Amino acid sequence: METEGQEIKSIVIELDKEEYAIPVEVVGGIERMQHITRVPNAADFVQGVINLRGVVTPIIDLRKRFGMESIEPTESTRIIIIHRENFKVGFVVDAAYDVIDIPEDSIEPAPQVIGTVDADYIDGVVNINNRLIMLLQLDKVLSIESYQNAYTKER
Amino acid sequence: MENEYLEVFIEESKEHIQSLNDQLMDLENTPTDKDTIGEIFRAAHTLKGMAATMGYQELSDLTHKMENVLDAARNDQLVINSDIIDIIFQAVDELEGMVFDIAEGGDGASDVKELVHQLQHVEKHGEVPTTSEQSSDQKQAGSEATKNETTSTGQFSSLDQFELAVLDQSQENGYNNYRVEVKLNDNCLLKAARVYMVFEVLEQVGEVIKSEPEVQELEEENFEETFQVLLVTKDEAEAVQQKIYKVSEVENVIVEPFDAHSEAEQTDEVNEQPSSSKDTEEEQASAQQENQKPETKQSTEKPKQKVGGKTIRVNIDRLDALMNLFEELVIDRGRLEQISANLRHNELQETVERMTRISGDLQNIILNMRMVPIEQVFNRFPRMVRQLSKDLGKQINLEIEGAETELDRTVIDEIGDPLVHLIRNALDHGVEEPEKRKELGKSEQGNLLLKAYHSGNHVFIEISDDGAGVNREKVANKAIKNGVITDEQAQSLTDNQVHQLIMEPGFSTADQISDVSGRGVGLDVVKSTIESLGGSITIHSEEGNGSLFAIQLPLTLSIISVLLVEVEKEKYAVPLSSIIETAIVSKSEIFNAHNKEVIDFRGKIVPLVSLRKVFNVPTEEQADEEYYSIVIIRKGDKMAGLVVDTFVGQQEIVLKTLGDYLGDVFAISGATILGDGQVALIVDTNTLIN
Repeated sequence: METEGQEIKSIVIELDKEEYAIPVEVVGGIERMQHITRVPNAADFVQGVINLRGVVTPIIDLRKRFGMESIEPTESTRIIIIHRENFKVGFVVDAAYDVIDIPEDSIEPAPQVIGTVDADYIDGVVNINNRLIMLLQLDKVLSIESYQNAYTKER
Repeated sequence: MENEYLEVFIEESKEHIQSLNDQLMDLENTPTDKDTIGEIFRAAHTLKGMAATMGYQELSDLTHKMENVLDAARNDQLVINSDIIDIIFQAVDELEGMVFDIAEGGDGASDVKELVHQLQHVEKHGEVPTTSEQSSDQKQAGSEATKNETTSTGQFSSLDQFELAVLDQSQENGYNNYRVEVKLNDNCLLKAARVYMVFEVLEQVGEVIKSEPEVQELEEENFEETFQVLLVTKDEAEAVQQKIYKVSEVENVIVEPFDAHSEAEQTDEVNEQPSSSKDTEEEQASAQQENQKPETKQSTEKPKQKVGGKTIRVNIDRLDALMNLFEELVIDRGRLEQISANLRHNELQETVERMTRISGDLQNIILNMRMVPIEQVFNRFPRMVRQLSKDLGKQINLEIEGAETELDRTVIDEIGDPLVHLIRNALDHGVEEPEKRKELGKSEQGNLLLKAYHSGNHVFIEISDDGAGVNREKVANKAIKNGVITDEQAQSLTDNQVHQLIMEPGFSTADQISDVSGRGVGLDVVKSTIESLGGSITIHSEEGNGSLFAIQLPLTLSIISVLLVEVEKEKYAVPLSSIIETAIVSKSEIFNAHNKEVIDFRGKIVPLVSLRKVFNVPTEEQADEEYYSIVIIRKGDKMAGLVVDTFVGQQEIVLKTLGDYLGDVFAISGATILGDGQVALIVDTNTLIN
């Protein structure tokens, strides 16, 4: 997989004072916080749905998804729209920052315990200019199975 | 570019194959109908041409062989019977398979040797009996005629009645009939191309009635240097000759007057020499032909009128895109209405009103564009029933009513499989074997009626048979065995309730699993598919007299009328189709029965369902209210009362899904976007009633 000199363009987001990276190819847009319609009886971390230019889009509270405490939205709160093959979802994050290039060869495997997020959801860690950035493993975060599991566990 | 052509090719091929199927079914009933054979031939011919143009050799080959058989039938060289139709059907199936393969990105190649061989056999086999039927001197004359044909000394082997009639008519109207013989250069390389050019010239000056060899043969260069055609034209022989000479590589052209009658007499003589009485018969017959001619003309004109409407083909994706855009417009319209109502600006309000009216019209047009006749689904059933009844050794008469009933495309796409399942079920489990039917005093032929009609905002599809019906005992026992119901329940259920059991998951009453139906997936699949389309299905059955499956479907899946209700600060949409009425009842009218809140609604006990509880709506502080707002909903015979805070009002909304990620959410069937841009969820009332 590792090709010399390849770089991954990623958007850096903040969750509970830690930084995470999401590859730009999957990001469909960054939206300001808006009214979210609650979906009853859905999984706990599903905050609800929004109207994204005519498409009803589920919104995931990423803090809750990772077992952090959820907070009231602030001025910097953003919704990151993620495109998957057959659906779109939005992540509520504390803030969205710059786009950076992450050299593939500088990525290190995720240590078993890092921050508060379960290591399963982290693809690797990279240190850029003394910023410790974790790469999100989106397939895991968004897999229907993991959603269904969380959903059934709650019942 | 090529893809565009490919799409058109696939669509049109499917149409032609459907037309082949339909016409073949007709032909089976009237095997001698020349019009039908002609129709089939034309469809096959067009298909062949298209396939060849697109470079699908196998497809074109198979169609060609099929065409040969049909051509032979058209020219009375063979008699169509059920076996031949079977083989043609097989060929059509094979063609369909190829087209589907192409549609899925394949190359449409398939092993058709066996079929081609069979078709060729039919084509030849068909020839044998007709020649052997002829008496010996006819044979002699026949061989003379063939000699004439091969040496092409100016006679056409046979002219059919229609051709003769045309020639007569044209002579009466002052046209000239010519026999045109064209000889090409010996070393002409592209004979087919030259032939094409000659034909183009001929068609400019007049009309080609007949050619020898046949046009297809000419197209395939199955001739030596010479061919002849019968031309009807106003031009002089000389002029025609000059024009043909303009085509290069033409060596010799003979244009001579052609007398249809001497020719016809000659042919008559050739065929009917033995008895003079036959001659007169023939004359009578030809006299009749003249009389018949206008009739045949009429009958050929009729279908032309039918296809007269101007249509264009539009990719469904584009219609979907149009619909999506329009949906956004509807949402913005709602927003505008709100704004103009707030501003109270006269001119603005007028403009917005006008826009609302226009967009209402637009909505109707767009929705109508997406409506397709259910014929699309129905027209494959005659074939299927025919095949099934053969496989099962049963005699079935299928009747279809209301095939023109229109349904939204999205529904059409989904409804096919459930219907197939129901029909298979009816044929396999419903209709009995002919002997058994006879024993029971029914006609040997079982009847299956497929009926579609509109009623209100719904479309109904009914499938009824006059077969055995549902056996209560058998169904009840099976249901008990499979744990669907208990012994006691079985006792208390009405017949009708027992009948509905056959659509419960894991049900198959056939003693033996047959090839046709009962492959483990039961009618429960049908039921769930139909329910997922927002419809419902019920069974009415009378043991010994048959069953009726009634399907109710919404007219469209994209825009529905709802009642918006509010619970705390959340808005929910309840489909009008499931609402009986709304009511406000005072607390004193609510009773407790088995720990459930119920009300007495027009003499019926109706349980109450609190939306607040079902949806866990976050509640500030429960104020004890004196009056309850209740929406009475129904599912079949059952009713329930939804307790809400307030009624907001009725509205047309655009139905949206929650997306694949969330999948099925309990008691929510979808979402919609309101005038203020917010999302409201649509309540799935069916799950709230049990």
